[in-house]
Amino acid sequence: MGTIVVKGLGKAYKRYPSRWSRLKEWFLPVSKPCHELVWVLRDINFTVRAGEAVGIAGVNGAGKSTLLKLITGTTAASEGGVTVNGRVSALLELGMGFHPEFTGRQNVYMACQLLGLTLPEIEVLMPKIESFAEIGSYIDQPVRTYSSGMQVRLAFSVATAHRPDILIIDEALSVGDAYFQHKSSGRIRELQDSGTTLLIVSHDRTALQSICDRVILLSAGELSIDGKPEEVMDLYHALLTERAENLVKRNVLNDGSVQTVSGSGEVSVDDVCIIARGEKSEVVHVGEPLELIVRASVNQAEQALVVGIIIKDKFGLPIYGTNTFRQKKAIEDLSVGQKLEVSFLFPANLGIGNYSVSVALTRMDSHLDKCFEWRDRALVFSVVNKDKDDFVGVTWLDADVNVRSVAAAEVSADL
Amino acid sequence: MLLYIKSLYAYRGFILGSVKRDFESRYRNSLLGGVWNLLSPLATIVVYMVIFTNLMQARLPEVNADFAYGVYIFSGVLAWGLFSEVINRSVGVFVNNANMLKKLSFPRLCLPIVVVLGSAFNFFLVFLVFLVVLVVLDFSPGVYMIAVIPLLIIQLMLAASLGLMLGVINVFFRDVSHFMVVVLQFWFWFTPIVYPISILPEAIKSFVLLNPMTGIVSGYQSIFVYHRWPDLNLLLTPSLLAIVLFLLAAKVYSARGSEMVDEL
Repeated sequence: MGTIVVKGLGKAYKRYPSRWSRLKEWFLPVSKPCHELVWVLRDINFTVRAGEAVGIAGVNGAGKSTLLKLITGTTAASEGGVTVNGRVSALLELGMGFHPEFTGRQNVYMACQLLGLTLPEIEVLMPKIESFAEIGSYIDQPVRTYSSGMQVRLAFSVATAHRPDILIIDEALSVGDAYFQHKSSGRIRELQDSGTTLLIVSHDRTALQSICDRVILLSAGELSIDGKPEEVMDLYHALLTERAENLVKRNVLNDGSVQTVSGSGEVSVDDVCIIARGEKSEVVHVGEPLELIVRASVNQAEQALVVGIIIKDKFGLPIYGTNTFRQKKAIEDLSVGQKLEVSFLFPANLGIGNYSVSVALTRMDSHLDKCFEWRDRALVFSVVNKDKDDFVGVTWLDADVNVRSVAAAEVSADL
Repeated sequence: MLLYIKSLYAYRGFILGSVKRDFESRYRNSLLGGVWNLLSPLATIVVYMVIFTNLMQARLPEVNADFAYGVYIFSGVLAWGLFSEVINRSVGVFVNNANMLKKLSFPRLCLPIVVVLGSAFNFFLVFLVFLVVLVVLDFSPGVYMIAVIPLLIIQLMLAASLGLMLGVINVFFRDVSHFMVVVLQFWFWFTPIVYPISILPEAIKSFVLLNPMTGIVSGYQSIFVYHRWPDLNLLLTPSLLAIVLFLLAAKVYSARGSEMVDEL
């Protein structure tokens, strides 16, 4: 129970040049097919073993959602096939196909019946679903009055109320608030521990790396790699950067943000990378020593250069910034063609999450005077907690904690 | 075919639940709730009886009861109501449930079945009200009522097959649902519901006799107005057409059913 075998799977949509050509194709059997096939997935092969957690990554339009739809059976394959063994519970593109006019409770009954549960079983599960979703009296209101977060809460509660053999989640969780995200990832781990097979689509690198045993990377409808989460995600990010570098000034990154490169260009950035554990990495562990290297080329002779970095959190707020001027490492008398490598050494005393590095090449401390190149989001990396105790926040302060009993008399004496 | 039936049986809980939910949600925000299901047909019956027997003094040939014409119209409207409700709701059933079809995997045939069962249940309630009125008026059709069952079967098979076929096509060509609104209007007046078929000129009469609903509606009228068995000759066209449409619907559904989700 709980295995998924995908063999030679492909999906093509028919594209008709006009609305009338479909009519022609249907009702004039002699005419040749008028549509062209648009392949969104082709030749996908992989197997998910029972109890395994597999992530699916890829840029928008890579075919992730279509793959999940084929696996759940909501859409039919054009070639090849999927064999699913076990009871599947799926959360595709928000919600579970709730009916907007029915109340939450009615929808829960409907969804559970579609999952194959009987009425007495549903009656037993109902209080559990209600309490997990925490939407209060809204449960008896029509679903159209729900916020999208409430819909996801209810859908997730239904999908996981009765342990499925296979749980499929398509980015649904990113809609819930932080509290519910936490709660739901707890539930996912519980299910994982009890043997449920997981198939998750997400853009959240941390989520994929912390939950999945394996990640499958789709690009342009093909399976480009199937391997360990960290390796696959590194490749994924490398592919993204490669794509971004073809653009000159404003590079739209995968998450929709824009990498802005500006400056006069006398000195330019060649490469920005982080070295952790002796190798280039985009995933760093809390507290480990890091080396951030900025490589630059001199295109025009200059008297002075200041190289600066800023580390920003996922909201773009600066966490830490410094430069060679403030660190009193002057760089002077640059000649054309000269290559520079500046490394910043620091411990990764950061909280878990995604961070970006902005790099600035300027003539003086302030970039307002003369800016050779300013590159936002020159590098994106994530921090994961491998061996430290759990903590919250964006910095790791490594607190020592002491607990001692204090006698009542002593307390009052202090007062 | 057997596989279809088996998978549908497995989803019987969902089907029955959906019928119930449809019914509940219709009157959710009303105070009287399901009572409206009985009140509104009762009102219609009363209106027909009052207007056609007292105000318009309408009389049917062959029958001399005062309210015969009212009964005549209502038995036609009752039969037509079920037929047009099933078709209207089936045409839109896949398009309107796009959200569900795209996100959940279940036998898609559940949806038209929910429509047919729901409409049949509504029909049953109206039918009960009608019977009570007939009993009160001392005009009960008695044993002839059993003939409603075969009529219902033919009629539902006709409506469901046509509805399913149009419902599938409507996913690809949304014109179908608009088109059917027009067609059903014409169809209503081409069926002897308001008028008796005997008043038609010969040329039009043979044309109206080709209409499958003519046989069905006349069947209901035979039972309720004339208290006799439906004319079997008139039921031949609808029965044959029901079988043809059923096979056609099965063909369209199996050819295009799996493609539907891609278009929703």
